[in-house]
Amino acid sequence: MTTTATVLECVVCGGDVELEGGTLQGELIDCADCGSELEVASVAPFTLREAPQEAEDWGQ
Amino acid sequence: MSESVRVAIVGGSGYTGGELYRLLLFHPHVQVAQITSERFAGKLVAKAHPNLRQATKQKFISVNELAACDVLFLCLPHGEAAKNWDRYAGLAPRVIDLSADFRLRDEADYRFYYHNNHPRPDLLADFVYGIPELHRDQIREARRVACAGCNATATILGLLPLYRAGVVLPQNTVVEVKVGSSEAGNRANDGSHHPERANCLRSFSPTGHRHVAEINHALSFDQKASVHFSATAVDMVRGALATSHVFLNQALTEKDIWKIYREAYADEPFLRIVKERDGLYRYPEPKLLAGTNYCDVGFEKDPTSDRVVVISAIDNLMKGSAGQAVQALNLMLGFEETTALEFPGLHPV
Repeated sequence: MTTTATVLECVVCGGDVELEGGTLQGELIDCADCGSELEVASVAPFTLREAPQEAEDWGQ
Repeated sequence: MSESVRVAIVGGSGYTGGELYRLLLFHPHVQVAQITSERFAGKLVAKAHPNLRQATKQKFISVNELAACDVLFLCLPHGEAAKNWDRYAGLAPRVIDLSADFRLRDEADYRFYYHNNHPRPDLLADFVYGIPELHRDQIREARRVACAGCNATATILGLLPLYRAGVVLPQNTVVEVKVGSSEAGNRANDGSHHPERANCLRSFSPTGHRHVAEINHALSFDQKASVHFSATAVDMVRGALATSHVFLNQALTEKDIWKIYREAYADEPFLRIVKERDGLYRYPEPKLLAGTNYCDVGFEKDPTSDRVVVISAIDNLMKGSAGQAVQALNLMLGFEETTALEFPGLHPV
């Protein structure tokens, strides 16, 4: 069975993010351009939001 | 092309000459027919470049023994290529110069930044400035190419998308470049003595750096660019990191800036946008680029002002010199642009 991919815009950098048809709500996707972790907020229609990040001290 | 292209390297015992030789030794369409060094004439190339032990049995020759070839690379100290141009010009139909001698179009700029009259101003218009991301089509057709300075390369490639898009105040940019010691070449001096050079953060050119003229020329589109540039020598061997403070002439979001960089560099084989929210190296890091021909570029918009900080990194001996020269060679001769430049770097290093 083939599924249709949907292309959405990364909410952080505006790059293309491709979601397969079977993608589930809550799945985490990495943006290939900026590396941001994105959460699938809804599937009908597909929407994305930035996944919650733990606050991190980068050490410098 | 089935037969190898015969090339010669003049001034092959220095760091850029050695790096160029390393790249060309493994280029599938090139044969390094000759490599010169007056200091090492008659000695194995590996004597000056020990990383090439067993990789080659070739010996340096004197420049007086040079024969005709297809492409001549000049890796001489600044001023030497121009002064002795007549000696080299007839040896090859194509010449790639890695020195500063033919980078500028304007003789007055040369006099101001190099504190000398140019020995051959009549030749300045003959050379194409060697950054492919600026002049790819002209390099393809060129007979003479002048490779850009390493600090200039890092700065120009960081800023080019914003200047070309016309979204910045072209005379307000402040650039600080941190560079490794290999940029100063392989001749020792009092300042390069280990106790003096180690652990240094040496501000060696707060103003008036030689590369400013070529940066301004490259970034001048509808309006004349004038960057404010400083350079600091840091405690590393390879690498240059340019931190550029740019001021926008219009309101842009980070997404808008992403779009400008993506459109400029999406198809460039050696340009990568590095701007990540997590991970070990969130912005360009020269250490990861050692031995590679990449230029990594990142940016961040200051949320409290119209300032954008652009960070760009290269290996000064590669994208800033020998790698750039091989990329130009590939374009001039119709080879795949990335040939012999595919090395992705090391991690950890």
